[in-house]
Amino acid sequence: MENNHISGAEALLKSLICEGVDTIFGYPGGQIISVYDKLYDYTDQLHHILVRHEQGAIHAAQGYARTTGRPGVVIVTSGPGATNVITGLADALMDNTPIVVISGQVASDFLGTDAFQEADVVAMTQQATKWAIQIRRPEEIPAAVARAFYIASTGRPGPVVLDIAKDAQVGMMDWSHERCRAIRSYDPCPKINPQDIDEVAQLLETAKKPMIIAGHGVMIANAEKSLLEVAEKGNIPVATTLLGLSTIPSDHPLNKGMVGMHGNLGPNSASLEADLIIGVGLRFDDRVVGDFNAYAPNARIVHVDIESAELNRNIKTFKAIHADADDFFKALSEKIKPTNNPEWLAKFDTRDKFETEKVINPILKPAEGPLHMGEVIRAVADAAPKNAICVTDVGQNQMFAARYFRYHADKSFLSSGGLGTMGFGLPAAMGAKIGAPDRTVCLFVGDGGLQMTIQELGTIMAYNIGVKIILLNNDYLGNVRQWQELFFNSRFSQTPLVNPDFNKIAEAYGIRTGKVTRREDLADAIADMLSDDKAYLLNAAIGSDEMIFPMIAAGTSYEKIMISKNENYFPLK
Amino acid sequence: MTDNNPIKLYTLCLYSENTVGLVSRVSVIFTRRCVNIESISVGACSIEGVTKWVITAKTSRRAMEKIAAQVERCIDVLKVFVFDDEEIIYQEVAIYKVATAPLLKEHKIEEIIRKHSARILDITDEYTVIEKTGHYSETEALLATLKPYGLKQFERSGRVIVTKSTQEAVTEFLEIQSQRLANNTTNS
Repeated sequence: MENNHISGAEALLKSLICEGVDTIFGYPGGQIISVYDKLYDYTDQLHHILVRHEQGAIHAAQGYARTTGRPGVVIVTSGPGATNVITGLADALMDNTPIVVISGQVASDFLGTDAFQEADVVAMTQQATKWAIQIRRPEEIPAAVARAFYIASTGRPGPVVLDIAKDAQVGMMDWSHERCRAIRSYDPCPKINPQDIDEVAQLLETAKKPMIIAGHGVMIANAEKSLLEVAEKGNIPVATTLLGLSTIPSDHPLNKGMVGMHGNLGPNSASLEADLIIGVGLRFDDRVVGDFNAYAPNARIVHVDIESAELNRNIKTFKAIHADADDFFKALSEKIKPTNNPEWLAKFDTRDKFETEKVINPILKPAEGPLHMGEVIRAVADAAPKNAICVTDVGQNQMFAARYFRYHADKSFLSSGGLGTMGFGLPAAMGAKIGAPDRTVCLFVGDGGLQMTIQELGTIMAYNIGVKIILLNNDYLGNVRQWQELFFNSRFSQTPLVNPDFNKIAEAYGIRTGKVTRREDLADAIADMLSDDKAYLLNAAIGSDEMIFPMIAAGTSYEKIMISKNENYFPLK
Repeated sequence: MTDNNPIKLYTLCLYSENTVGLVSRVSVIFTRRCVNIESISVGACSIEGVTKWVITAKTSRRAMEKIAAQVERCIDVLKVFVFDDEEIIYQEVAIYKVATAPLLKEHKIEEIIRKHSARILDITDEYTVIEKTGHYSETEALLATLKPYGLKQFERSGRVIVTKSTQEAVTEFLEIQSQRLANNTTNS
């Protein structure tokens, strides 16, 4: 008979296995050493990825969670080990990512004594987590693990922290594990009210200028199919947010592009004219809305979200529906009738054509000059398998990747949307590849962001993680540089970067590399990169004065959209 | 969106499980929006195992409702309600410690106690302790009256409330949840 009188450390591992965990990202240390000691006996069931910095662990876990839909698990030690994951927790909270962080803590008797490597992790992480708890007795571990996984992965997913005191890890207990099925204070599955669906169907019938905006919630709810069904049945144009990218294929005729600061002219202009906006699984944050008081002046807004606190939070809605995105679309597709607004749909196409000629073609088909980020990204997208995953860092690389990559498969876009964490890209791409080993993972990263977590090249080397790293290298912190050029009289304060030889760095880690500076070499360089499934760094030299357009200046309305440094587009004129 | 709602004192009534760490999780939600908590009182209610909190703050109804929505998101918070003064029956307790000699000298003590419906908890040669239960304005009025006599100590409690409904505001929510919990257990 199996001996279940075991230590808290072993109980933790057995409970993780019961929750379906097979991959852990982590870094050992003094107050978590007992867990790592037990892990030595469980390597056949728990694959541990030793990262090079705890921030790398949590971003990798985020990448893993967002490609698999299962919670990403992180184990770190007390004090600095735990504080190093806080950026990732805040990022995961903003981007609704299921993460379970297990941190070691000093023994109960030493709590509050400023013991070596003691930090008040629960207090510090409360505002960056969905739930955080300290465990001081071994027998508390199984129930806390069960609760953690339930909270992290249900409803609006998010990060949780289990801070386990040393004595709880070492102490003995009688282990058994029962999964958490419900919590009295927390109902993650709101029920759809059929009357709400009837009302939305009615609104759609009378609307002349309707638009659906699909956010990250659509992806999290696996609602890509039901979204498409509603859009096609109703013949309704669909726009996505940044994190909603890939919820509808790029080449679908009803996909009208991305909304927001660097979104497409079609849907951004449409928000001024639309008479009905159905926003599903998004927060209507400042980057989507621009000026909160001037957003969608003619539209009735129907807002659907699984988080009731998001409803009527940033913008006033006509109809707020507390529901899961997939439940909503499925129910609506039963009721929806085809709409017929050819003039409305044509408006998107006119604006799309204008944007293609004015903004997109000059980037994709330039006659001369240095490489553009957009053309590198599009060339990679065209050469990569259709189900490739696009991972980005933060900044111009992110916005260009969002706009110029092509999405054909579900869950193909992975980026730090809400928090905008530079350094997210490399570890997140690593986690994505571990979560989806059969898909090609293309990371687009700038020279600034890459250097924030560049140590993870070591992890990529150690575990042969086949990430394709496309470095869009302009020797600048490009996005800040752009704002400085546009709004601060070209005073480039602290944005030029003196960079190392990135190829040599990658080669030192045994990663194959390429370099491209000329347009005519681009296709071959990408072909070389994609010729196997191993890690690769492609260093692409980009013009340092490249800027991303269209752009709506922060906090302003959509009535004036910059399409170049000196040219504006006025949707209503 | 711009908030043009009038600023006044609102009462947030929160029902929760009794768990460690919840106070800081909730209070930071006020801090983040730069709303100062005027008073807070946490304790038992008529339902066993449920903790009731009453927090007052001066802000707009809309801002308070946004705070309530964020508070309600916290795991272990059961249900949150926002009330203005017309919707609830509320009281505060105040305790005053005054020098005894000046009170006796002016022969006003009986009049003060009667007028303010206060009561005396303790008298020594040195000091007198008076207790008054009522609304803020009432305890404030007694404070103003007692000040000239040499106020030595004073404290006012947080607000305690009951609603005008027949049961705890959270009762219906708890019934729905216990049904949901029962279903979840039998389904799996």
